[in-house]
Amino acid sequence: MAQHQVNYASTAGLPIALTSVDKLVNWGRSNSLWPLTYGLACCAIEMMASGASRYDFDRMGTIFRASPRQADVMILAGTLSKKHAEFARRLYDQMSEPKWVISMGSCANTGGMFNTYATVQGVDRIVPVDIYLPGCAPRPETLQYALMMLQKKIRRESADMKKNQKQNLRLI
Amino acid sequence: MQQPNKLTPFFENINFERDDNTMVINFGPQHPSAHGQLRLILELDGEKVVKATPDIGYLHRGVEKMAENMMYNEFLPTTDRLDYIASTANNYAYAAAVEKLIGVEVPRRAQVIRTMLLELNRIISHLFFVATHALDVGAMSVFLYAFREREYAMDLMEDYCGARLTHSSIRIGGVPLDLPKDWISNLISFCDKVEYELEHTYNALLQENRIWKMRLEDVGVLSADEALSWGCSGIMLRGSGVKYDIRKEEPYELYGELDFDIPVSDRCDSYGRYRLYMEEMKQSIRIIRQLIPMYKDTTPELMANAPEYISAPKEQIMTQNYSLMQHFVLVTQGMRPPKGEVYVPTESPKGELGFYIKSEGEPYAYRLKVRAPSFYHTGLLQEILVGTYIADVVTIIGSTNIVFGEVDR
Amino acid sequence: MRKYTPKDNVQKKSYHTDRFWTAPRVPQESVEEGSHFADVVNAMGDLAKEAFVSLGQLVVWIDATKNKEALSLLRDECGYVQCSELSAVDYLAQDGEFEIFYQLLNISNASRVRVKCRIKEGEAIESITTIFKSANFAEREMFDMFGIYVNNHPYLKRILMPEDWQGHPLLKTYPLQGDEFASWYEVDKIFGKEYRDIIGPENRDPSRIDKDDTKRFSRVGYEVPFGAEPTDTPTPIEYSETTLVDYNKSSTQLDERR
Repeated sequence: MAQHQVNYASTAGLPIALTSVDKLVNWGRSNSLWPLTYGLACCAIEMMASGASRYDFDRMGTIFRASPRQADVMILAGTLSKKHAEFARRLYDQMSEPKWVISMGSCANTGGMFNTYATVQGVDRIVPVDIYLPGCAPRPETLQYALMMLQKKIRRESADMKKNQKQNLRLI
Repeated sequence: MQQPNKLTPFFENINFERDDNTMVINFGPQHPSAHGQLRLILELDGEKVVKATPDIGYLHRGVEKMAENMMYNEFLPTTDRLDYIASTANNYAYAAAVEKLIGVEVPRRAQVIRTMLLELNRIISHLFFVATHALDVGAMSVFLYAFREREYAMDLMEDYCGARLTHSSIRIGGVPLDLPKDWISNLISFCDKVEYELEHTYNALLQENRIWKMRLEDVGVLSADEALSWGCSGIMLRGSGVKYDIRKEEPYELYGELDFDIPVSDRCDSYGRYRLYMEEMKQSIRIIRQLIPMYKDTTPELMANAPEYISAPKEQIMTQNYSLMQHFVLVTQGMRPPKGEVYVPTESPKGELGFYIKSEGEPYAYRLKVRAPSFYHTGLLQEILVGTYIADVVTIIGSTNIVFGEVDR
Repeated sequence: MRKYTPKDNVQKKSYHTDRFWTAPRVPQESVEEGSHFADVVNAMGDLAKEAFVSLGQLVVWIDATKNKEALSLLRDECGYVQCSELSAVDYLAQDGEFEIFYQLLNISNASRVRVKCRIKEGEAIESITTIFKSANFAEREMFDMFGIYVNNHPYLKRILMPEDWQGHPLLKTYPLQGDEFASWYEVDKIFGKEYRDIIGPENRDPSRIDKDDTKRFSRVGYEVPFGAEPTDTPTPIEYSETTLVDYNKSSTQLDERR
């Protein structure tokens, strides 16, 4: 069994039992991802449909939270306009670690069909994105697949922050 | 006064000096009420709202400017994204405006299909209204029931045009596709289902519900004169006693031949508007049932016959040389409508949706203005919210049924 | 030397127009005697400089300085109680003027009237919010998009663009993809000017594909972590790898289910 004081941030002398603690922590984190309701435009309707009766999002353990302090994942669904970009970054900063971002729909990925003066060309200019989800609007099953892919990505992380950074699994 | 810096915005014309004990609350652009990106700056005296300033523009995407740089046919999918809950209604309003400008007549089968799609979209939009309004007010299970019905309707739309949400199912000059096999029988079973559910689920859960009535009665009272002055249309106007529906007064498509009623309420409050939404769904089902037998009496012609502006049907393009050449020119260079302007109002589920198109004979519109009903309903908020409690603010915003794709374009 | 592109209208233009082709015009009829529209035109008297009927709606040209008089007359005497729409069209390149139109609706008659006027660049127009309250937001939008000042408006501020935006987007001289100020707006606002190099310019080319860029594109089936080198080893799709129940092990019930 692991020692009592395990310093997760240090690289030297990690006990081997840490891998099962890794797995447990990642199991806990991935199976109960709480998204922040960040529906901006049409993709928000598909996000609501994926949380509704037919494509139930609750079975993945997600509960949509309104406050960024209580959320893990920020699903940016819809077009981010330049007026709004400041608030998106502010809410991302208010979320507490660990946090992930899913960019849903073409408008959030790259600006989409709105190649105009008032649209941010891709949400990844503002926040670091983990999963990009194409579609206009993507089907609810696509959003669930993206969440499952995010879960897969979370399970590959280790509890060691620096190793995560080296492997580019986390950007912070 | 505040010092503006990068992360704290600068409020002008809003009184921050609290000599009269009011509190300023920011009902920010991201909030769990499903309506999108509305920012309201509310000044509260205790719990009553003293002043409300709506701040919009957080979804402004430059749609009108895009129209000046795109051909008419190319712009049609962009109109989908305006009122993204009932996309066919916007497609139809745009196509009707362009068709009036070029003076082309749509064949009968296309009219039948268009009217069926429009009424189906009206049901979809009203179901969404019930779902989100109930979710905001607190009746959360109605959200799941209404979305279940909506999924059946979106299945129908997906069968027809391939997309659940952003349809582009109506083109300039007609419709691109004929109805698939069994679509009409699915539509009939959908109508039966919705009628049953309206009676047994939504009315049973909400209509005589004491809590629902207490939350909605006398909230958001809007007199007829104010509604007319603020540019309200659709259910906001009919909920205040003004009997005006563009489908009856300025009929388009087949509405002149169909038999349906216009529900009007003189309650002027949110409960009246809620009842109107329910009644309109029943009327939509009635219209669809009348259209179903009309379909088989029509000849299978889907697009209008105007070779200068509209491409020929696919069989002709594949076999006739001139049709192919004309189609090539129309797709690469775009059609050139006559010089002039047009304004066509239609009754979308949210209100009066109109497109003002000014053309200079070029393949790109010179100016396109979208008359969005939700824009004026959002302007109305600055007057209607004064004097209400803060819990009623959410009810009123839900009751106006605003969609931010339209407000900000 | 680059080709001369006129800067007074930078919107897209058609690349070929037949030399001798003239566009047809939308048909305009004159106002019939004795109809409702004739009554409206007679009631307006001198205010209506020109009036005709186009596609079922009356179009009246007025003088821009008399817009309040004309509209209150239409509201009080002719019953046009709602102003459905209000906006401007930019003709600065051709005439140096803006054309402003008001679209009015008569509820009892179900008839519509379009009132049009022209103002020169730099002129302001009188607000009609006292007559129709819907003009409150509509005039703000006109100011925001075109830069047309509206006198006596209760709250004339930018409505659709951010408060500190420079430039009026719907003018014909404003490019669709935004000028220099627009393209760096969000970076400057959130992170500061220093981050312009770190974040880089916007990618406005919608068809740019880079197969070696693993930050913006993922090769489906061959995914690698963000920013790593692209490889040829496939990453097959697996479902949940859980510690308590192993769903990857084949279960007989799933196979025999019809």
